[in-house]
Formats: sequence, C-alpha cells, structure tokens
Amino acid sequence: MLKAMRGDRGGQALLVLLIITLIVVPVLNLGLPTTHPWHVSTYAVTLLGKYLCYALLAMAVDLIWGYLGLLSLGHGAFFALGGYAMGLYLMRQIGDRGVYGNPVLPDFMVFLNWDRLPWFWQGFDWFAVALFMALFVPAMLAYGFGYLAFRSRVTGVYLSIITQALTYALMLAFFRNEMGFGGNNGLTDFKDLLGFSLQSDVTRIGLFIASGLALIGGYLSCRIIVTSRLGRVTVAIRDAESRVRFIGYRVERVKTAIFTFSALLAGLAGALYVPQVGIINPGEFSPINSIEIVIWVAVGGRTTLYGAVIGALLVNYGKSLFTAVFPDAWLFALGGLFVLVTLLLPRGLAGLGRSREIN
Amino acid sequence: MSLFCFHNRSFVLTKGAFIFWLLAGIFFNESQAASLEELLPQLAERTFPAKQAALDSLATSNDERVPAILTALAQGELYLRSVNPIIVIGQPSTPGNLRLIDPLTQRDLGEVGASSSKKITLNNKMRTTLRLALAVWHLNDANPTIRLAAAREMLGENNPTVLQALQNQLARESVVAVRNILVIALALPQLTADDAVNRLKAISVLANNLYPEARNALVPLAESDPDPSVKSAAVKALSSIDRQLTWSNRLETLFFGLSLGSVLVLAAIGLAITFGVMGVINMAHGELIMIGAYTTYLVQTALPSWLDYSILLAIPAAFIVSALFGILIERTVIRFLYGRPLETLLATFGISLILQQLVRTFISAQNVVVQNPGWMSGAWPINPALALTYSRLYILIFALAVFVALLLVLRRTNLGLAVRAVSQNRAMARAMGVRSARVDVLTFGLGSGVAGVAGVALSQLTNVGPNMGQAYIIDSFMVVVFGGVGNLWGTLVAGLSLGVANKIMEPWAGAVLAKILVLVFIILFIQKRPRGLFPPRGRAAEG
Repeated sequence: MLKAMRGDRGGQALLVLLIITLIVVPVLNLGLPTTHPWHVSTYAVTLLGKYLCYALLAMAVDLIWGYLGLLSLGHGAFFALGGYAMGLYLMRQIGDRGVYGNPVLPDFMVFLNWDRLPWFWQGFDWFAVALFMALFVPAMLAYGFGYLAFRSRVTGVYLSIITQALTYALMLAFFRNEMGFGGNNGLTDFKDLLGFSLQSDVTRIGLFIASGLALIGGYLSCRIIVTSRLGRVTVAIRDAESRVRFIGYRVERVKTAIFTFSALLAGLAGALYVPQVGIINPGEFSPINSIEIVIWVAVGGRTTLYGAVIGALLVNYGKSLFTAVFPDAWLFALGGLFVLVTLLLPRGLAGLGRSREIN
Repeated sequence: MSLFCFHNRSFVLTKGAFIFWLLAGIFFNESQAASLEELLPQLAERTFPAKQAALDSLATSNDERVPAILTALAQGELYLRSVNPIIVIGQPSTPGNLRLIDPLTQRDLGEVGASSSKKITLNNKMRTTLRLALAVWHLNDANPTIRLAAAREMLGENNPTVLQALQNQLARESVVAVRNILVIALALPQLTADDAVNRLKAISVLANNLYPEARNALVPLAESDPDPSVKSAAVKALSSIDRQLTWSNRLETLFFGLSLGSVLVLAAIGLAITFGVMGVINMAHGELIMIGAYTTYLVQTALPSWLDYSILLAIPAAFIVSALFGILIERTVIRFLYGRPLETLLATFGISLILQQLVRTFISAQNVVVQNPGWMSGAWPINPALALTYSRLYILIFALAVFVALLLVLRRTNLGLAVRAVSQNRAMARAMGVRSARVDVLTFGLGSGVAGVAGVALSQLTNVGPNMGQAYIIDSFMVVVFGGVGNLWGTLVAGLSLGVANKIMEPWAGAVLAKILVLVFIILFIQKRPRGLFPPRGRAAEG
C-alpha cells in the first residue's frame, strides 16, 4: 500500500489533508458550542460529506477515463443504483412511521393500492444486504454492459453515447410507478440508519467520517491498481489498444474488470450519498448529471486521481456558492467551465502544477 | 323564396352573422315576429315538459333568428333577465359580467353582473332535441363541411322529422361525401325494419363503411336476426368491416410511426452531417434545433397578421440563424478540437448549457406558444376510422424534402464534393487544393442550419421551451449511430424504422416502456454491429 503511494506527491498531500479534516471537523462540530466562532455547523458537515461522495464518484470516472481512455457518460447510473439500494434499506427502516402507518408497505405502495411488497424489495431490511446490493447491482450492470460492449470493441465516442443512452433508459424506467421504486418522487422521508436517527448530529458526523474513509480507501485501491502491472496494461490499452491486443493481452477482460470496479466505487458513493441528502429520485439518472461528473474530472485534471477529487470538491463548492448568490448564472458558469477547461486546460488544475513528466 | 335563400347561410355566431340577423330582424319582423315572440318566453317556464313543448315548436319554426337562439341555448348562454324579465343572450365579457343581447332585435342591452340573470336550464331530453334541431338547420348549410358534420351527427337517428330532413337534403345534395353519409344515415334505421328485404338492402348499403354507428347497428343482426339470409349477410358485412378497421388501425400506426420517424430524421440529419461527415460530436445540436424553433416564434410574433405564411418565412430565417450560431461555435471552439472527439463532446455540451440559459434569460424560462397556421390544422379524412392530421403529414413530406435537398447538396454541388473529399481523406484533399478549414466551416454551418429547419417543423408538433433540445439529442445520436455514421440513407432508414417500431410497441407496452425498449434494442444492436445498419465500406471504414 505504501508502495502504491510512493512518488504520488499530490496524493500524499490529499490523504494527509483528508485525514486532518476527518479529525478536525467532527471535533469542531461536536466539541464546540454552536455559538463559538470556530464551530462547524451540521449543515456544513453534511455538505462536506456530500462533496466527499462526489469526490469518490469523480475518482471512479477518472479511473476509467484517465487510465483506460473510456469516457463514460453514464456513471451517474451506477451512483444512482447504489443510492437506490441504500434508499430501499432506509425505506424499510421507516416501518409503520409512514404517513399511512402501514407496517409492511412504504407510503407510495399504499398510495398505489399495492397489497404486498414486490419480490425485489425482500431482504433490504438488513443493512448488510443493502450495502452488498449497493455494490453488487452497479458492478453487475457494469460487468454485463462492459462484457458486451468491449467484446464487440465499441470504443470512443460510440461508447460515450451508449453509456448515455443507458442512463437515459434507466431514468425513464425509474420514472415509471410500475417499477416499484417510488416513480417520480423516488424514495424519501427516511428516519434512521442502523438505529441512529438521521437527523442527529452524531449520525451526520458518522456518515461524514464514513464518506471520508470510503474516499481514502477508494483512493488507495485505485492507486494500487494503477501502479500495479494491471495498471500498466490499462494505460497501454488507453494509448495503443490494438498493439496491446496483438501482444496477446485480453484487452476486453482488462477493460471489463476496471469498468466494473469503477462502477462499484460509484455505487458505494451513491450508497453513502443518499442517507446524507435524505432523498433519491430518478433525476439522479439524468444524463446531465453524468456529464457533470466528467467536468469535475476535467477541471481537476484527469490521469491524476487526486485531481478528480480536487475538481469534484471545487466545482461543487462553486455550484453551491453560485446557485445561492446568482441562481441564473450557474449554467453560464458551468457551460463556460466546460468550454474553457477543454480549450485552455486540457490537463486540468492538477496539470498546472506538474511538469511534463507524463505523456 | 327569399326566406329559403337565407336558410342557406351559415349560422356561426360571427360579427357578420349578427349584422345579418339584425337586417333580417328589420325586414321580416312583421311576418315572423308574432310566433317567435310568443314562443321565446315559454322557454323560461318552470317545468321541463312545458319548456320541452316550447323548444319543440321553436325547432320546427323556420324563423331566421331561431338558430342563434338555439345555439346560445345549447352553449348555456341563454338567460332570463331578472329586472324587466325577458329572455336574453348573455355572453361572458369581463369576468363575472355578461353582455346581454336581445335575441329578437339583436339590440345590445349593456353589461350586467352575472348574478342578475338566471340561466335557462336544460334536461337531457331537451339537449337531444336541441342537438338534432341544430343539426337539421346545419344540414342545409352553404358550407359542405358543416353539412357533413351535421349529417354525421344524425347517424343512427330514428326520428321521422330528422329522416324527412335527411331525405330532403339527399334530393338536392351535390357533394359526394355528404351524399354518402346521408345514404348511410337513411339506411341505418332500415336495419330494424320489419321487412327482411329492407333489412338486407340496408345491410348491403352499410357493408363497406366504417362508421362506428353502422358497426354497432349490425352487431345485433349478426347475432340474432330471425331471417337466416339477413343474419348471414350481417355476419359477412361485419367481418368485412372488421377487416377494414384492422387495416385502418395498421395504417394509422404506420402513419404515426412515420410521423415520429420524420421528426427523428429531421432532428438527426443535421447531426449526421456534423457527426458523420466531420466526426464532430456536437452536443449543442439539440440547442440549434431549439434556436430554429424560437426563430419561428420570433418571426410569428413579428408578423402577427401573416400567421398563415410566416412559417414559410421562418424556414429560411431559422436556417440562417442556426447556421450562424453553428459557424460561431465552429470558429470559436470546435476548430481547436479537431481530432479530439471526446473533448469536442464536452466543450459543445458546455455550449448547449450556455445557449439554454441564454434563452431562459433573454426570452423566457417558460415554454412559448407557436401557432399552427390555418392550412396545417385539421385532418385529411381517409375513411371514418382514419384521418391523417395535416401538420404531421406536411412535416413528413417536409422531412423527405430536406433529406433530398441535403442529398443533392452533398452529391451534386462543389461544396458536397469538397465535403466528401475532406471526410474521406483530409490530408489528400488538402493536397489537391481543397481549403479544408473553409469546408469545415461550411459543413458545420450546413448541419446547424438543417437543425434550425428541423426546429421550425418541431415547433408545430411539440412545446417550444429552453429544454426542448435536450429531449432530442439522445434520440438523434441513437438514430445516427443506428443508421451508420456518415451515411444519410442510413439516417433516413434508421429514423423512420425507429419511429414505426416505437409506435407499433406503444399500444401494448405504453409510451415510456416502448421508448426504453427501443433504447435497449439500439444498445444491444451496437454491440452486435458497432458501425450501424449501413457501415462504411472500403477505405473509409479504416478511419
């Protein structure tokens, strides 16, 4: 693990910063009275936790875009699927505290006059099952999709477009009430997680720390992959796919493996995201969300995993700031960011500080 | 005789008609007024039978002023004024107020609060009488469309007065379509005639038409007619009708599918040029369509009195505006990104966000209303079960015209030659003296302009709003990729077949699921044939 971090200055700095934040923020939130000038509000903690989930998602995209050359415009789908798996668990925890007070069925099913729980909701009463599904479902979808796509050598723009179509189709599907995932409204009104109330500060801090740990774990595992032999093959595929194939590597297997792992990370990010924001709805599948993830990575700088993290944090902070102060200008800013970054900063912010060591 | 001529006038409540009745009121007051002025107050009687009696007399009266009164009554605009009680026509003016008109003299009685008059109420029997009475009046209208609608209204009526009116009209009717429906309306009651010969005759008249009334009337005969020959004739007629209905439904599905397909082709064909020929991923393509639609809106707003023709003007206007936007995008962004398709995708996506926000900021965040010109509204009735809406029909034709025009530009002009040369081998084309940078600009402008033209067509079918472009971008890419990049014919075939497939699946899968299934199908199809239906062959395939 230490070997993986060797020579990765940016990554080392990022991890140190992350660990410090994970210690300092909870102390400032729980240890200080709300009137103290150094107090960090629970709102800010939740916002930070949300950003950390986005950062993990951005890293998942960077892993396949930066190192494998696959521009996925559908990673939001894996994120949302992870979120829905966690959402199902949180819905089951509501029990009879819903508006209709039905001990078995969630409110929206009572509203739709369903008489029993659909089969795919079974088992989500257990946290472990939900967490497993939050990783397993996105990973399986990515595996099946990747297996088909990479076997038939769908690459480049075509892959981007069909990943976009994938998330679009899923969005349309989840909008349907018949799917059994709450339709348009999605899943919301969550009460508690593992017995802890979602409203309490302690749970919020717990989720924040969990997101931070997931990001650190995700970062380390991505570093291990990219510094391993597998990682070198991955980069080789990005740069000269045919040559790697002619040498004798099974390109499609490498691609499928990395793509699946990336989807798994995205699913984990989604599972951590949903309890913090308190809602998951089909809007998370919308193609624009997936494209936004790509711009986080582009701003931060791809092919540097820490760049993706920086990009996600910065762009989302900017979004929160902008939408509060000039709500109308946000799309101008985001659109301008897309254009300027691709034209002027092809290697992102991380590229500014680096010499021309790579490429 | 002069009266008879007036019967043939249209009784639609227009300003002109009012003046006409005003004159009629002056000229014919002496001869007609007595009966009408006696009858009219009886409509305000307390009991429905009394009102019904008054209505029956009114319906058989041939006073010129009756249709206006009956129309007002049917629309719930006939009132009893409380002060100085007379029957008046009250038309809503400002909210809560009524403008009162004396139906006998057409005099304007001023504006009053809605509560100061009592509406003349109706029961169902009166409504039926009223409907038939109006239809009988309209049966004799000068306008064949109104006559047709009136005759359609009377299908299945068994009332002797109505049948007499139908007979009379049949004797003098000259328009074939109206004659046909009159014959059917007269044959329908004969199905229940006592004489089996009459029933057989009626069946033979009704055998080949698709009005639901005729089919419904044939069903009991086919099930339980005492006469076996009548029964078998009815069964035969029914099965022939059902066969034709099935075909009509199939044709309708095909038409809707082709119509959806034509929209897809229009939206995708500009993309087929920029993506297929130039290899540029333009995610702002949907927004160029949106700009075309907004140009239509602006042209219509600028020329409110030219509604019927402004759309024709909007076509070149939208082409130019969208082409200019496209050229601007090409010059400022895309030309720096040639050969880096993924970066182009991101940059143009950014542009699409900016264009959307521009429209929200400078026009409106809400959808705007684009009017249909008169000649595009309405439908072309093929048979009673099948009518093709003109707007969809014209857009289908328009899509094909745009396709042919583009094909000609690419095949027959110097620009087309240069475009094809650059798309096949840029370096070689440059070596042969083609100015590739200029070709890029023009190609991109052409593709963008076609998107604008697509926007004009779409503005006639769907909502025009800042988000409309996004709705089409994924579909357009799907069409281009499905058809095979760089192949206009592929785009046409793919667009039309996807549209038809969508509409065929819709009845049993629902609109959303049909769309999902089509998307999933394309995703799987691309796995199987990554280069689409019509993949490039030869050297172009290597690129």
